[in-house]
Amino acid sequence: MAKTLYDKVWEAHVVDQLGEDSLLYIDRHLIHEVTSPQAFAGLNEKARKVRRPDRTFGTMDHSISTRSLAIDACGPQNALQLKTLATNCEEHGVKLFPVGHQKQGIVHVMGPELGLILPGMTVVCGDSHTATHGAFGALAFGIGTSQVEHVLATQTLKQSKAKSMLINVNGKLAVGITAKDIILAIIGKIGHAGATGHVIEYAGEAIRSLTMEERMTICNMSIEAGAKAGMVAPDDTTFEYVKGREYAPTGSDWDAAVAYWKSLHSEDGATFDTVVELDAADIAPQITWGTNPGQVIGVDAPVPAPEDFSDAVERESARKALAYMGLSAGDKLDAVPVSHVFIGSCTNGRIEDMRAAAFIAKQGKVADTVTAIVVPGSGAVKRQAEEEGLDKIFTDAGFEWRLPGCSMCLGMNDDILQSGDRCASTSNRNFEGRQGRGARTHLVSPAMAAAAALKGRFADVREFQE
Amino acid sequence: MSQGFTVHTGRACPLDQANVDTDQIIPKQFLTGVTRTGYGKHLFHDWRYLDLHEQEPNPDFVVNKPEYAGASILLSRENFGCGSSREHAPWALADFGFDVVIATSFADIFYGNCINNQLLPIALSSSQMDALFGAVKANADLEIVVDLPAQTVIAGDLTFSFDILAHHKNNLIKGLDAIGQTLELTSTIEEFEAKQPAWL
Repeated sequence: MAKTLYDKVWEAHVVDQLGEDSLLYIDRHLIHEVTSPQAFAGLNEKARKVRRPDRTFGTMDHSISTRSLAIDACGPQNALQLKTLATNCEEHGVKLFPVGHQKQGIVHVMGPELGLILPGMTVVCGDSHTATHGAFGALAFGIGTSQVEHVLATQTLKQSKAKSMLINVNGKLAVGITAKDIILAIIGKIGHAGATGHVIEYAGEAIRSLTMEERMTICNMSIEAGAKAGMVAPDDTTFEYVKGREYAPTGSDWDAAVAYWKSLHSEDGATFDTVVELDAADIAPQITWGTNPGQVIGVDAPVPAPEDFSDAVERESARKALAYMGLSAGDKLDAVPVSHVFIGSCTNGRIEDMRAAAFIAKQGKVADTVTAIVVPGSGAVKRQAEEEGLDKIFTDAGFEWRLPGCSMCLGMNDDILQSGDRCASTSNRNFEGRQGRGARTHLVSPAMAAAAALKGRFADVREFQE
Repeated sequence: MSQGFTVHTGRACPLDQANVDTDQIIPKQFLTGVTRTGYGKHLFHDWRYLDLHEQEPNPDFVVNKPEYAGASILLSRENFGCGSSREHAPWALADFGFDVVIATSFADIFYGNCINNQLLPIALSSSQMDALFGAVKANADLEIVVDLPAQTVIAGDLTFSFDILAHHKNNLIKGLDAIGQTLELTSTIEEFEAKQPAWL
């Protein structure tokens, strides 16, 4: 039977079949401060060791300051968690990139930068946005802390195979449309739980033409459709990105690896449990209006009415979301003022995102009514942006240029919003209270976020493309 | 995990809404701990309290209603536990006193996290949930019997059976140490590693 990309990567990692479950080998394990301390404590209680410290890499990202390199800049509780990570990594021989290290960054930004993620790998992390790494044709998914402990101890996980979903984005994107708009449009089409129980493969001309960073943006938000993971088959774009990175294979190993990686694609005639088709040309700049990422519209469309939804659950969700967001059916979002703009996160904190936002930023000044921050996804992104003078463009326009970290995507540090604030955010979740209790989050692309900063309200980024 | 899960009898609290995400179950400001305990007091913080310091309970939030005090079964709707992978969510639910969550559907990572914490997630159909919500809203004292070995939920004259994977059921009932089980397969894991290419 013709195999899918997912079948191939899965089968290459089955250590043992345990009834209905497979014991799956994990090639790469990324850890950070928030979801690992209890896992290490569990190991220590039972005097267990990390089986493969050489396959395990740590970084500090979630609960760190973006204004200061001091480990206690966000209070003693955050500091304790960060110090606990450092102690655990040291005791168990795990390589850690702590705050201030030049290779430190958001786990899903720094991992690929270092060449830690290779096609065909299995990758896990105690973070739901681990799906990011599927952009390389890896099987990458988020896990809970008990599973983090299981992987630390055994380098394996018990897993049952998910269903498969093929999402074809056909044709070419219109000018001004980004990877963020594609994935938001996909989630809008299939719904916030539309891919629950599935591993998605993204394919089609529009996906194939994306850079690696854009593919990472797409795969990153697979979880926002409920998917276990999202994957893109590796190709020359993938190999060019990986080649020469610190942990990538070299010499004859590289040749052997590429030969294998070229086999990692779904075969003709492979069947998927679900197939979704989108036409790239139909996608407008996307903006969420509600409190889950599936509640999204094109910037030129009116906010829907609860009655527009035939499904009773969606109707009730829409009613609740409109009340929380302070919006009414029929509102045009380009008339809605914003108080804050956040550009960054594991979804949109890479160099191409910085460039896209800077392209808009240099066309004006941040409105007086807006606080706008730009948070590079890693030390490497920050240095590259500064070499290109992007930091200067941002600060000249009135944006704050910060230190790398997860920042306002989830606000585990002091980058949080107040009740009633309205934020144009390049992050991945617009849940109630996500960026601060009572705060209202609208998910957009980096260019759309920058445009909102200049206008003081949402704007159609296509007006800035000349 | 030492004690196993078999039959649970308790009253239910009806949280009648879809897409309850893990940010709502336990917001980010409570994720800075380094232990697995003490999260229950922050469960549903934004909905449960009118103030940031957890001094003023929100009387309109269902979990705070006196008739549901002491409930050990949480009812909810579609896509419960969506969002972040934070295991603090099941830790908070269990620490608060919930032993079972019955909902129309669950997000995948959350479901697995429940299994790993002896918190039983049960998915029932939309119409079955309607009936269960109706029964609990009509009678907050209704005793519900959740029988994991028999895979049934019995609430008054309602009886529903539910699906659960055999190994999930087995691990919950026996309270097995999953890592200890896998460590017994170490030689098989070593054989697998020996076959991996050198460049990995």
